[in-house]
This record gives sequence, structure tokens and C-alpha cells, in this order.
Amino acid sequence: MKLNTLFLGLCGASALAFAAHAETITIATVNNGDMVRMQKLTDDFTAKNPDIQLEWVTLEENVLRERVTTDIATKGGQYDVVTIGNYEVPIWAKQQWLLPLDKLGADYDVDDILPSIRGGISLDGKLYAAPFYGESAMIMYRKDLMEKAGLTMPEKPTWEFIADAARKMTDRAADINGICLRGKAGWGENMALLTAMSNSFGASWFDEKWQPQFDQPEWKNTLQFYVDLMKDAGPQGASSNGFNENLTLFGQGKCGMWIDATVAASKLSDPKESSVSDKIGFAIFPDTGNGNHGNWLWSWNLAVPASSQKGEAAQKFVSWATSKGYTELVASKEGWVSAPPGTRTSLYNSEDYKKAAAFAGPTLAAMDAADITKPSVKPVPYTGGQFVAIPEFQGLGTTVGQLFSAALAGQSSVDDALAGAQTAAVREMTRAGYIK
Amino acid sequence: MARAVSTNRKIGFTVAAWVVALLIFFPILYTIITSFKSETEAIAGFSLIPSGTLESYAEVQAQSNYFKFFLNSVIIAVGSTILALVVAVPAAWSMAFSPTKRTKDILMWMLSTKMMPAVAVLVPIYLIFRDTNLLDTRIGLTVMLMLINLPIVVWMLYTYFREIPGEILEAARMDGATLWGEIVYVLTPMAVPGIASTMLLNIILAWNEAFWTIRLTTTNAAPLTAFIASFSSPQGLFWAKLSAASTLAIAPILIMGWFSQRQLVRGLTFGAVK
Amino acid sequence: MATRQTTTLARFMMAPSVILLFIWMIVPLAMTLWFSFLNYNLLNPANVSFAGLFNYKFFYTDPAFFQSIWNTLVLVLGVLLITVIGGIALALLLDQPMFGQGIVRILVISPFFVMPPVAALVWKNMIMHPGYGVFADIAKFFGAQPVDWFAQYPLFSIIIIVAWQWLPFATLILLTALQSLDGEQKEAAEMDGAGFVSRFIYLTIPHISRAVTVVILIQTIFLLGVYAEILVTTNGGPGYASTNLPFLIYRTALLGYDVGGASAGGIIAVILANIVAFFLMRAVGKNLDK
Repeated sequence: MKLNTLFLGLCGASALAFAAHAETITIATVNNGDMVRMQKLTDDFTAKNPDIQLEWVTLEENVLRERVTTDIATKGGQYDVVTIGNYEVPIWAKQQWLLPLDKLGADYDVDDILPSIRGGISLDGKLYAAPFYGESAMIMYRKDLMEKAGLTMPEKPTWEFIADAARKMTDRAADINGICLRGKAGWGENMALLTAMSNSFGASWFDEKWQPQFDQPEWKNTLQFYVDLMKDAGPQGASSNGFNENLTLFGQGKCGMWIDATVAASKLSDPKESSVSDKIGFAIFPDTGNGNHGNWLWSWNLAVPASSQKGEAAQKFVSWATSKGYTELVASKEGWVSAPPGTRTSLYNSEDYKKAAAFAGPTLAAMDAADITKPSVKPVPYTGGQFVAIPEFQGLGTTVGQLFSAALAGQSSVDDALAGAQTAAVREMTRAGYIK
Repeated sequence: MARAVSTNRKIGFTVAAWVVALLIFFPILYTIITSFKSETEAIAGFSLIPSGTLESYAEVQAQSNYFKFFLNSVIIAVGSTILALVVAVPAAWSMAFSPTKRTKDILMWMLSTKMMPAVAVLVPIYLIFRDTNLLDTRIGLTVMLMLINLPIVVWMLYTYFREIPGEILEAARMDGATLWGEIVYVLTPMAVPGIASTMLLNIILAWNEAFWTIRLTTTNAAPLTAFIASFSSPQGLFWAKLSAASTLAIAPILIMGWFSQRQLVRGLTFGAVK
Repeated sequence: MATRQTTTLARFMMAPSVILLFIWMIVPLAMTLWFSFLNYNLLNPANVSFAGLFNYKFFYTDPAFFQSIWNTLVLVLGVLLITVIGGIALALLLDQPMFGQGIVRILVISPFFVMPPVAALVWKNMIMHPGYGVFADIAKFFGAQPVDWFAQYPLFSIIIIVAWQWLPFATLILLTALQSLDGEQKEAAEMDGAGFVSRFIYLTIPHISRAVTVVILIQTIFLLGVYAEILVTTNGGPGYASTNLPFLIYRTALLGYDVGGASAGGIIAVILANIVAFFLMRAVGKNLDK
């Protein structure tokens, strides 16, 4: 016991000694390419702020999410800046776990942030996180294969057209799958796609009284359509494919179409990462003639936990990493194509960016089309596009995702999967007190 | 004639054993090979000959400082092992040489403390660590891993000590050896192999513990398990990079294991040999 | 023989580990037990209230509950079966005279040194992946359709991965036991004209039964808690096909952030583990008392 106290004392003393030199802020980030790039460019920040030192915690998305959530909910105070999605921001802001960002500096230009993104990370008019990059979803397709199939992509394709084109583009002998879609279980994997897809099919997760809707025909149409389409035109082992796997498949030229996050476009347009960089066309997320294009909207944001002792320094960093200046820094070092997309209007007004990135227009169009305040054509009590913005969604979404991936893998029927999802959702929502 | 047959047999066994051993080792071997490939090579199909590029290693090191994680792993694994031995040796000793009716029950009870799923007690433990300021400290993690592995350590030592014949102690005592002399000159030499292999096993278990080492650390105390967590499933398939990170994470313990395998084997009996 | 003095000394020496482990057991257990009676969601800390037995009821009525217990048992038994039988076979093989025995032994025990998440990642991405894995490459070479392991045989795939990690441990212990088998006894049996099979049944098996017991006991303790490999590979799916009890608790705790429910699940898991341990001790424990 004594030894323990001694050690604690020593640790405390060394921490104090360190703090006297400079303020160290701890930043938790997800290990995707844009975040890793930010980590490499921080010399620019430390040069401007010599009194602030940065410590990085880089983790894969799921581990990061559970680490940060546990810490912030128990007020552990381990992080000064956290990377979180627009799913968490409103939920956490409501719990007062996040500092409102009011010290971002005079030249930050909050009004430049895309309105749809800004809406998702604000609560009662206050900004609780700053967007690092944003995305919607769209169709990415191979122009050459589309032509070969004798088709042209309409301006606003319907799912019917997509299914027809996918089947025509499929050429098993040449290892070309008409369509690649996410199938791996998880609320942020297959359920992101299926939730957005169900929106465009006119379905919703809950009705106005929070009754789960998996027993409704719209969901049956969505899932049946998805399973049939993937069976006819999807790749082998689709039920293990997430964003990463599909990115690789498409980059290797094995997919005719891929409907997924818009950030994929910049990776597919990079000849170093993709063998089809010059043959890609883009189109808006399909609908079923009802004008609902899925409403997929995601942003990775930087936020400052209320439990941080170094709020001011942390905000300085957040401001730097999400500023126009950072975009220009990336552009000057790695070219405009690599600029973090989907957060600022000014980027999409930049002639340099439009020239360098063919996907700039389609991306902006997709983001403008997404309305997370009204995800479904039916009236619903929740917000969120490819997710439902309630705390219970992570657990419930993953359970439902497991059941749906079983249907895709052929381990269960579509009806069984839907019935299972309905049971699970009713249970969870009753327990959480939504269903009285 | 007889000799020829036995040589043939030996060759037969050699071939069989090598085939099996290489099959078992293959996933590790392939990881090491892949770590020397470029990313495009890594997913290009089966190949045992890498281009020998070191770019994955360079990128891994550029993203995360390997040596910081490595150092933490060493400190935590070795520290928790020493701590566990300090606590466990006396306990196992007295259980082996002065057993009571309840000794066996106590042993089983100790093992049963390992049956609570870690994930179920995450929040309680996290709260305790927060309140004692142990979050992200090496000492906190060291104590934690010591507690996790203590039952196995006690058990292993107990079974080992039990095989030391009591008569030797009697004889030493007859010769007028003091308790101290008994411990230093008679028992220590006999117990060292058992303690050594217990130590090795415990270092391996502590090195590979991947739940608490990630959940209770941030930056200062994060060991190699956290290092790996920063390379799994990023955007895009970076298998060469992942292989390089994996190779770096397992290499130290693998090499230690190779060099000490004789020692490890000698004591890894859990009293299974009589 | 034990005088009062030595007994006191013995107690004194045992005290630190017993006390430490007691605290280590009782504090989290008490907190978990307490939380298990609360409505306590980490994401809604303002709304904590007493729940009675509701968390328990909610946990065991989970549609995945019974399947998860079944999967837990299948996983434990499957891995035990492979590692014990494979371990005996390997130990017998390694006990034979051969060239390069040291290196062979090193290769065989290596998987034990690989941390579980790395093992799972390597198997998932580089060995069993339906598109780029080595198994798929082999299948394609023979013109066969690659198997999508984690979708078609999820639990079996996980058993393979976990068994790969534990096979060295079993082999090591069994090999040590085999090597201690008296050479004279073996020769005597050979002289008597006992064939390999009868030698194996009447001499080897009784001799290593104790080692087998140890392997089963220690591995069971670790195998009851396997979840990292599932998280990395199948995420418990498809459906609930690879959801075991620890994974179900993980889902409750770190996806649902339902502390009350996860605590109840933890208590249920402890009770079940103790039942398993009880039967295990009844079945094989006698071997340990020799």
C-alpha cells in the first residue's frame, strides 16, 4: 500500500514538473487517412503555439468510440480533444459533456460551415463540435462498364434502374460484380447503408409513437430487394464486406457500381490507390421515385470534453484543425484533391478545388440533398439520416445488423430476419422507456 | 540393418514433424513475409517472396512511436510479473509445505476469481481507477495485470513446490540449518527452475493481455496492444502496414519465448508430472 | 508435523495473496452486483434508479441468450477437443527422434506468443478472407469456389483461430508429461511385444491423464472468456451464430452502454462458470489429487 502511495506521489510530481514547461493536450483520433495526415501536419500548429504540446491517441473506430464514451460518461478526464461523429454530438451535448465552442477565434468564420453539417453538431444554436470532414452517400460507377452494358446513368436514378444495370454489368467470368454494397454487421456498417436505403424505399425505423416498423411492407421491400440484388450481382462473401473491403474491390476494378460514402470518391480518384481512377462517374443516391435520396449525412468532428482541464488550449487546436487555413495547408502540401471534404462552403467555391476534384460537384449535391431532420417520407419522432440519433441505436443497430447480415449470407430468410429485428427493437425500446 | 530402419524412421518423423510445424507456424510466417511487401503486393494474391520493401515499417513508425509502446509493454509485463512473484511465492510455499484441509479450496477459489468476464466489470474498475488517479499510469496497469495473473502464478508455483521432497528440509534441519539457511541453500536452488518458468509464462500472459491494457490507458502507459489497435481496420486495406505493426508487436515476446523455451518447458508442468 | 508456530507462519505467508485476491474479487463483484440492480445507462447518468431483478430478466430473455450459452459451450468444448487430441498427437510426434527437434518445437509453440487481437486479424485478413486469403488462393488454384468462412461457418472459424492459439500450450504440457514417462517402462513394454496402440492405451494415457486434466482446467478458465477474436472477426454474426456469453455482455456494455444489464450478465456468467467448474472438478478433479 505504502509503495503504491509513493509511486502515486512520484507520478504526480513528475506530471507537475512537466506541466510547468508547456501545456500538453491529449487528442483522441480515429485511424483513418485524413486524421493520420492531420497528425503529420501538426508542426504547423506547434510552431504557431509553442506553449502547447500535443499527445496523440490513435485508435480504430470502434475501440476509439468505446474508450472515449466510457471516459467522458464517467468524467475520467483523459482527453482534451476527442474525435466523434455527428451521431454522438447532440446526445453528448444534451448531457453537458461537451464544451460549447465559443473560443474558436475571430477569423474562424462559423457561417462558412455547410448548413446541413452545422445543424447536426449544434444544440440550441450553440456549436458543440467542429467538423473535420463530412460526407454523404452517392453512387460511384464505372463509366466504361455502364457503356458496355448499353446504358446511361440518368441524372436521378431509381433503385429499379440500379438493379437492372447491376445485373447487366455483372460478368462473373471476368470477376466483375455489378454492384458492391456493405454487408458486414454493425450499426455504422451495413445498417448505415440499409437505413439510408430504407429511407429511400419509404420505410422508417419507428413511427411517431416509437413503434418499430420492421413488420411493415416497406422494410420487407428494402431487405428483399437488397438480398436479391446482392445474390445476383454482388461479390463473393458480401456479408463480410464493409467500407474498406468495397473500397479495395472497386479500386481493383471488380465492381460496376458502389453506393457508399462520398469520401470514397477522393480515394478512388487517386491513381496510386485505384486502378480505375479515370473511369469513374458519380450520381446521386437512388430513390424510388419519391424524392427521398436516403439522407445519409456523416461528419467526423473535433470536440472538447467538459471534463478537460485545458479547454482553452484544446479549442485553439480544434480551431486550427478545422479552419480554412488547414485546408490550404493540406492543399499546398499534398494537393487540393486531399483537402478534407464536406465541411465548408468556401472549399466548394474554390476554383482550384473544382478543377482538381471531379467529385466536388456531386459531393456537394449529395450533401445538399441530405436532410437529417426529416429522414423518412413518413413522419418520425427522431432525427438522423443513416442512423437514428438516440443513445440506444448503437446496440440496437448492431443487433439488427447481425440479423440482416445473416439474411444476406443466406443463413436465415428475409422474413425471419425482419421478425427478429422487430422483436429486438420492441424489447429495447420498451426497456428504454420509449414505448409506454 | 536395424540401424538403417531407425534412420529411415527418423527421417520419416522429421518430415512429418516439419510439415506440421510449418503449417502451425505459417500464419506467423506469412505475416512476417507480408510486412515486407508493398500494399499492392499484399493483396495481389499468394506469394511467399516479398519485394523486401521497408516502406510499411517506415510508415508504421511515422504514425506511432513504436519504442514508447514497447517500453511500456516491457515495464508492465515485467513489473506485474515481479510483483506477482513477490506476493505468490510465500503463499504457494506455505500451501505446499504446510497444507491444510482448505488449501485445495483456496486454490480453486483463487482460480475462480478469473471467471468474471472483464467487460462486465469495466465500468466499476474504470470508476475505481478514476478515483484513485490510476488511469493511464503504468503502476495502475501493473497492479491490474498482477491481480489478473496471480491465481495462475500461485497455482503454478504451488504445484512446482509440492514436488520438492519434504525430507530434504527435514535433513537440512537435522543438520542444524536455520530457517534462513534452509531457504537460501536448500530450497532456492531447487525452486529456481519452477519460478523461472512461472515468470516466463506470466510475462507472456501479461504481454498479450488486450482488454485492460487498452481500456485503462491513454498515452503515458499505453503498451503494444494499444499500438496494434491503432492499425487495425483503418480506411482501406493496409495489410502490409498491419503486418508490419503485428510483426513489431509480437517480435519481442516471440524472440524471448524462443530463447527461453527450454526453461519454459521445464516448469510448465502444473504438477502434471509425478 | 505442523506445529502451531509453522501454521501461523504459513498463514502469514499466505495472507498477502489471499487478501489481495479477496479484495480483487469482492470489490468489483460487490459493485457489479449493486449495479445489476440498477437502471443505469452510461449515456444517461442522470436517470439512475432501482430496478430490482429487471436487468436479470431482461438479460435472460434476450433472443440471443440461450444460443449464446450454447455457443459458449460449443466454443469451449470444440477448442478443448482440438487442442487435447491435437496436442497429444503433436506431443507424441515431437517426442520421436528427429533432425532439428529444437527448431520444430520453437515453430510449434510460437502461436502461444501472439496476442489474441493480432491472431484474429491475421487469420481474418490473410488466411480466411474469401477474396484475398490464403485459403481462397488455394481454392482458386484448384478451381474451386472459395469458402466464405466467417459467413458460412462462423463459430467453427472462431474455434479454429482460438484452437490455433492454445494448441501450443496443450502440446507443451503434454510433451513435458510424455518425456517424464520412464524410458525403462517403455522399453519393458516394447520387449513384452506390446504394439504401439496397446502401449498408448495402457501406458501413455494413464501417465498423461493428469496433464490432460491440467490442460482442460486452465484452458476452460480462459476459453469461457473469449470475445476479442469474435469482435475482430464476425461481430457475433451472422445472426447470433457466433455470439457467446462474453460477446453478449460486450454488446450490452460497450454498444448499448447499459451498465445495469451488463452487470446482470456478468453475474449470470459468473454463476454459469462456477457451475461448469463444479462439474469439471467432479469429472476430472480427482486426477489432480494423486
